[in-house]
Amino acid sequence: MTAADTKAAGPPVPVPRDPEADGSPLSDQGGNGPLKQKRKRKKGELLPYLLILPAIVAIAAVYLYPLAKTVIMSFQDMGRRELWSGDPAPWVGFDQFTNILGDSEFWWVTFRTVVFMAVCVTLTMGIGLLISLLMRRLSNWVRLILTFCLIAAWAMPLMVAASIFRFMADSDYGLINTLIAKVVGEDWLGHNWYLDPIQGFAIITLLVVWGAIPFVVVTLYAALTQVPQELEEAASLDGASSFGIFRYVTWPVIKPVFSMVATLSVIWDFNVFGQIWLLRGSKPEPEYETLGLYSYSKAFESTSFSQGTAIALITVILLSAVAVYYLRQLMKTGEVE
Amino acid sequence: MSTTTDTPQVLRPDRKNSRVGLNILGLGIALVMVFPVYWLVISALRPSREIRSYDQTLWPSSITFDNFVKATQQPNFGTAVQSSLIVSITAVVGGMIIATLAALAIGRFRFFGRKPLLLIMILVQMLPPTAMLIPIYAQLNAMGGIDEYWSLIVVYLVSTLPFATIMIRGFVVNIPVELEESAMVDGCTRFGAFRRVILPLLAPGLAAASIFALVNAWNEYLFAYILINDNSKYTLNVWLMTFTSERGTDYGALMAASTMIALPVVIFFMFVQKKMAAGLTSGAVKG
Repeated sequence: MTAADTKAAGPPVPVPRDPEADGSPLSDQGGNGPLKQKRKRKKGELLPYLLILPAIVAIAAVYLYPLAKTVIMSFQDMGRRELWSGDPAPWVGFDQFTNILGDSEFWWVTFRTVVFMAVCVTLTMGIGLLISLLMRRLSNWVRLILTFCLIAAWAMPLMVAASIFRFMADSDYGLINTLIAKVVGEDWLGHNWYLDPIQGFAIITLLVVWGAIPFVVVTLYAALTQVPQELEEAASLDGASSFGIFRYVTWPVIKPVFSMVATLSVIWDFNVFGQIWLLRGSKPEPEYETLGLYSYSKAFESTSFSQGTAIALITVILLSAVAVYYLRQLMKTGEVE
Repeated sequence: MSTTTDTPQVLRPDRKNSRVGLNILGLGIALVMVFPVYWLVISALRPSREIRSYDQTLWPSSITFDNFVKATQQPNFGTAVQSSLIVSITAVVGGMIIATLAALAIGRFRFFGRKPLLLIMILVQMLPPTAMLIPIYAQLNAMGGIDEYWSLIVVYLVSTLPFATIMIRGFVVNIPVELEESAMVDGCTRFGAFRRVILPLLAPGLAAASIFALVNAWNEYLFAYILINDNSKYTLNVWLMTFTSERGTDYGALMAASTMIALPVVIFFMFVQKKMAAGLTSGAVKG
């Protein structure tokens, strides 16, 4: 299949830009345009700073300042009184952290969050990879239909998607119970999926994975169009198995994109909030709490804002390892030049 | 279109027969992926006796718009639409202006601090919103921002800013500097060159980024729920919760309301999904 074929018939996904091709003309390290860069630098010494100032101010106000404040608040004891009166909250040192880390509930919530995230990411990336590989082998019209269906699912707002799944898994009027009852037997009618947290999380996982697959497939398929067909063909002629071709030809090309999407999925699935919130009718039971919901309920239901922020801070620290990995990937592909 | 002509050459002849099987599999996956969307629309159009039934059927016996009427008569429907529109549009317009300026700076100039800035932008996208929720709430509370649209606007504007900047930057670096320079040689000012040369070429990127920002603001739930307590100022997503009462959920009306909320997003998605995928592969995924 030539590039022209892909453009005309493939799903409407542009080929990812080659980072080297578009990075080098403007890149500092490229060393192939020193004259142009010197000229640019002379032209506007202050202008770039002026252009970027509003963005810096906005990001500092909504991200960096609150982040600093998170750190400060987690060493204080801020409750409802301090919040409303504006009185300075008393300093308590590491008390919030020792309280949280000494609480077995925190460890259960963390364990639950990690397991839930791992299951969601594995399913999303596994199914997403298989579908994107399948897409290359489909007839054009099937691929178009599949792309259309993926985009329709992708476009569903989070709260709408959660409403749909809530209806489908409803104990009385849910489609899932009706269908299982037809196959297995009557006693599935009226079955409450949320009494058992494992079953409840199965529904939540279904919703999260369903919502995440379109993004993964579209992105991975875009990466797959970069795999040179001649190489796969040559490997095939040399007698390589399908798996061998994938392992040694296809995978190395898509690996950077795959690991980045996986990293993003880890971060997103670690912070699932709205899906659980709505499926549990905005009153999640303790056994449905992940770290985000746990932090929320400590802050707004127990009105211990400092406990909530301390939990959030621990979450950020846990995720920062993933974030560092993500950044290293970005550096490697040369996108941050 | 015959199957033989568009078969990729990588397939050996003996694999061509499996094409039919793979196509069926592909259609099956398409069906599964689109099914919840189908269920949403079909439930919204179903008579309520079928919604409140233990025996759900895969297609409705008749079509009715009663659920839509019920949804629009729900208290605060009008104000929720208004709130969502005000907040989303203001956040997008403001966000696009700031993001374009920043994208031009990052894409066109080499300046001290450019790389750390880009890194910060990528990193802040990864901060969990719940981590920022409490300090942002405390701060906006101190500033009198609870129940005010501006507090939501600021949060939405900034939460899409890093992504929009990186995305627009991807389009900026693809516009040759020579175009701008020759316009300036021909007597344009820097701003004139921007307005006449860069802005038109940037338009597709801006459209894609603004749709992304719009969808983001339109779909946001958590901050809207925390920052707005006055139910006449609820945004649509928070308003969705009013279909659930102590007595249960009015699923027919909920599905109709959800369809109405999803419809603008689906329409926008259809228009810009090409650009969106370009932005995602060059922006979110690659940096």
